Amino acid sequence: MALTKEQIAQRISRELKDGYYVNLGIGIPTLVANYIPAGMNVVLQSENGLLGMGPFPFEGEEDPDLINAGKQTITTVPGSVFFDSAMSFGMIRAGKVDLTVLGAMEVSENGDIANWKIPGKMVKGMGGAMDLVASARNIIVAMMHTNPKGESKLLPSCTLPLTGTRCVKKIVSDLAVLDVTPGGFKLLERAPGVSVEEIKAKTAGKLIVEGDIPEIEV
Amino acid sequence: MNKVVAGAEQAIKDIPDGAVLMLGGFGLCGIPENCIAALVKKKVNNLTCISNNAGVDDFGIGLMLKEKQVKKMISSYVGENAEFERQLLSGELQVELIPQGTLATRCMAAGYGMPAFFTPAGVGTEVAEGKEIRSFNGKEYLLEMAFDADFAIVKAWKGDTDGNLVYKETARNFNPLMAMAGKITIAEVEELVPAGELDPDAIHTPGIYVHRIFQGSNYEKRIEQRTVRKKN
Repeated sequence: MALTKEQIAQRISRELKDGYYVNLGIGIPTLVANYIPAGMNVVLQSENGLLGMGPFPFEGEEDPDLINAGKQTITTVPGSVFFDSAMSFGMIRAGKVDLTVLGAMEVSENGDIANWKIPGKMVKGMGGAMDLVASARNIIVAMMHTNPKGESKLLPSCTLPLTGTRCVKKIVSDLAVLDVTPGGFKLLERAPGVSVEEIKAKTAGKLIVEGDIPEIEV
Repeated sequence: MNKVVAGAEQAIKDIPDGAVLMLGGFGLCGIPENCIAALVKKKVNNLTCISNNAGVDDFGIGLMLKEKQVKKMISSYVGENAEFERQLLSGELQVELIPQGTLATRCMAAGYGMPAFFTPAGVGTEVAEGKEIRSFNGKEYLLEMAFDADFAIVKAWKGDTDGNLVYKETARNFNPLMAMAGKITIAEVEELVPAGELDPDAIHTPGIYVHRIFQGSNYEKRIEQRTVRKKN
């Protein structure tokens, strides 16, 4: 069984460490916040100018001046701080953010990522993604392994306009956990009941399989 | 020195067709609602707008797009505006999409009197086309220029009669950076107080950067994504 979006987020949450400052992108990455282990102190950075992002507000307590980078109403937590957009990207550029989790349309076997533009079709813009991938020390991509047509999104090289080059360190897809290594995508774990052969068939880029591949604990 | 003007119409009255404007805000959060309404009413055209987003179809900069007042948008993310996407794909609207941190820092550089800076954002992508690339400590960076805007229009929470500004929560975003960057900076505030009432330690934008200020009215503060949890 392929992982659900929630299970992808849950698996990524196991990469968190106490004291981490983390930036979560829009979509599946946002869900990672729901699975921060109890007792672990992780500070969420929202690039519109907030460190210490809390959960959604209770009904009726929404504050239009308090949103996250996905424009959702949120809350603060004890220790939260607000700042302007230049400082926000200053701390990102300076490598102060420990982990960035974001979505992707394509990732290449050398760690290039494309997630902002489909020429002639979708032109939403890169937002903060180019700044994040150019400077983050550790980037995990949360994505579906294939597109709706069943075509692999893990490629020898990206076909879409790039967001950044040689920057993705790890991928958690609905089918597998993979590291991006100098030799290609290294398979670390597979979704329960998903065979190595299926992952091979759905990975267009170079896939490295060494030894037995354990199932992802869900 | 009198920076206080009666309202938005007076504040924007000399903005001509073809002007380059900066407009503060992130999404619909912290946008200068009163000045946008006045610009729509005055029918100023051929504008170049520097703003992180382009509003939604019926609010924010979307109101100016609907009236075809915008010739060019310089933004980082425009995903929430279908009319924007239509005008862009049909070629009616020019757009320059730039990384969000680069956008913020191009404002900051202008306000700090620095003509340019180096950033790694966009190296190896189409953003790098035509730009000088230089290596520092083995990593490549792009040379990016400070913005040159005729007017900066910002929204603050509180301001005083000297033009000092304080922002609220994440409505701060690009506002203090753009406030520093305009040749003429116009600030609309929710509450205008006499100089001396704001705590000097807590002011985000020193009044030296602000040329005109007024207390706005009827703020809608529309929420783009209302996300809540239930009380048990």
